[in-house]
Amino acid sequence: MGDKRPAETLDGTPVTMAEGSPPPTAFLEVRDLRIHFPTDDGLVKSVDGLSFRLERGRTLGIVGESGSGKSVTSLGILGLHNRRNAKVSGEIWLDGQELVGASPEEVRRLRGRRMAMIFQDPLSSMHPFYTVGDQIIEAYRVHNDVSKKVARKHAVDMLGRVGIPKPERRVDDYPHQFSGGMRQRAMIAMALSCDPELLIADEPTTALDVTVQAQILDLIRDLQEEFNSAIIMITHDLGVVAELSDDILVMYAGRSVEQASVQDAFHRPLHPYTWGLLGSMPRLDRERSERLLPIKGTPPSLINVPAGCAFSPRCAYAELNEGRSETERPELAEVEPGHRVACHLPLERRRQIWETEILPKL
Amino acid sequence: MVSTPQTGAETSPAAGTGVSAAQAARPERGGEPLLAVEGLGKHFPVTAGLLRRQVAAVKAVDGVSFAVHKGETLGLVGESGCGKTTTGRMIMRLLDPSFGRITFEGTDITGLSQRQMRPLRRDLQMIFQDPYSSLNPRQTVGAIVGAPFRLQKIQTEQGVKKAVQDLLELVGLNPEHYNRYPHEFSGGQRQRIGIARTLALKPKLIIADEPVSALDVSIQAQVINLLEDLQDELDLTYVVIAHDLSVVRHISDRVAVMYLGKIVEIADRNDLYAEPMHPYTNALLSAVPIPDPDKRKGRERIRLSGDVPSPLDPPPACRFHTRCWKAQEICKQVEPPLVELRPGHHTACHFPENAPEGATELVAKAAAERDEAAATGEPVTLGEAKGGVRKV
Repeated sequence: MGDKRPAETLDGTPVTMAEGSPPPTAFLEVRDLRIHFPTDDGLVKSVDGLSFRLERGRTLGIVGESGSGKSVTSLGILGLHNRRNAKVSGEIWLDGQELVGASPEEVRRLRGRRMAMIFQDPLSSMHPFYTVGDQIIEAYRVHNDVSKKVARKHAVDMLGRVGIPKPERRVDDYPHQFSGGMRQRAMIAMALSCDPELLIADEPTTALDVTVQAQILDLIRDLQEEFNSAIIMITHDLGVVAELSDDILVMYAGRSVEQASVQDAFHRPLHPYTWGLLGSMPRLDRERSERLLPIKGTPPSLINVPAGCAFSPRCAYAELNEGRSETERPELAEVEPGHRVACHLPLERRRQIWETEILPKL
Repeated sequence: MVSTPQTGAETSPAAGTGVSAAQAARPERGGEPLLAVEGLGKHFPVTAGLLRRQVAAVKAVDGVSFAVHKGETLGLVGESGCGKTTTGRMIMRLLDPSFGRITFEGTDITGLSQRQMRPLRRDLQMIFQDPYSSLNPRQTVGAIVGAPFRLQKIQTEQGVKKAVQDLLELVGLNPEHYNRYPHEFSGGQRQRIGIARTLALKPKLIIADEPVSALDVSIQAQVINLLEDLQDELDLTYVVIAHDLSVVRHISDRVAVMYLGKIVEIADRNDLYAEPMHPYTNALLSAVPIPDPDKRKGRERIRLSGDVPSPLDPPPACRFHTRCWKAQEICKQVEPPLVELRPGHHTACHFPENAPEGATELVAKAAAERDEAAATGEPVTLGEAKGGVRKV
């Protein structure tokens, strides 16, 4: 571990470039990603036109409720959707290589080595029949031509690195012999075993207790400093995002409604859905509010996404647009440097609503 | 009071309209508690060998005591495996306690049989965590919410259907959805169906086990607000079991913190969150991620190392000493009793934080008194229950 190699030279695969599209400048760039699932009930548009970029050493927090398309996006980047069931279009550029049009074999070679994933529930995403060590060794040997002995030593190293006590003994344990927090550490060890440049963490701490969550978040933060990897942190917990992320992407019904630096997103959010999320949370760092301010209604079905702005049926300010929200879909527009929002309300009005109506009640 | 179905059989005078909801919402703490738990414990046997001999016991709950007054909400927090759910299930008598006593409205219900418990089930109800597995997928909403009437053989004035529709309306669902099946509803709506069923018989005490943890943030807030409204309207008393400290602070009047089967701290909500005394409570609070990027730096954090020890073989004396940064020799030898260090604020720690002068001496004195009482076989008073009433 630790031998930082230049990305392309050991890769073996030539850098592919789709013709016509301008070369991306960011380490990871997602352009107009659409992931649709045809079902008997209709077309499920899980992700419907998502674009974002991410640099190395930075963390992007993707926030949204269940069914907003966060996890589908992450599986899409890793190329884990079955092409027979899912229709994927758009572009995903990882360090100059396009992934949507790449062959499954090409993506498979990148997966695990240049990009890796930490799943939410380590008990169901680790194989119960193999020891933790075997599973890390397997992942390492797929991408590195080394003997079992070397790989095993590497696995022990990695387990020690993520803070598992007595790694040389625990490497032969089965997943069920680990506690929840240790299992998640082992999962992180596995994901990091090939020193990936892009790490996608899908709700990495949701299944964990709060004290263990704090340990895991510390670990992810330390490892990022060490490996300088780009991290996509998918979560529904705004607290976790505020702790760890540099930038935030708020998803609703398969689209991004707000993208901003973590400072802007928490101090000057400009989308009514982001306001709703902030108002729904009881907070420990403020005076206890008498009442929470929930968002009315429920998230839409992804088969019948409301026309116009998907959030308009739940939005308290939709009527201020004289019906425009119901007919015309707002596009993501840059309102300030680095702050993009998809909303029809005039910007000044939104700033005023945030200052006078939302912020005082939080 | 809102219009809820009249349960034909009046259960007790308190269920009537004698007390207005507003009055009852702020209870007088002095009176007799609605629910009192004393030295309650549950040990699950671990058996081995051909004869299934007991070789060990999982000490899931090991002597907890608390009281809940009418109209108040007690929050029970702790990490997984601390025994909070087991405690809730024992109060409901879904699990038989290994030892200790549960008193509901002055009646000892610890030893009651299933049959004797049945009339009490009207007053004691539970809201479950998972709205997917706690509703029968093959029954309509009408059948699910109407089941309590059927099981308790209660006649309603205008029929069960009307009663169920009133309940659906009360929890914010469309009464016309009476004939639909659970899978046609979202998670938040299902949780409302579960709440409607809980409310059917106008219970006095509701045990809510992680009522919102399976729900999305925006839906979670809706359900929390609903629970608060129902409490005001129907004069309910809640025991809310949850792991989310922010949610617990929002809905509870008093909060009990559990660690490895024991209550380590119990206090008024504001006291507990403003000046936590037990090191474990301090650690828990400091571990909660704060949704404010500016507070990322400079926040004093207590990082606990390791995992919670196994309840099969909990550490001796103070159970937290293996992970506590303040632990000294005494913590490994003498179990700190739960002592009232400030009015209404009880803590079980030899070296509490934010404590008044002389706290350590007070705790030592209480521990000595307890050990003396145990040695002479005196009955153990509320607050500490080492080797309490043991049922064989």
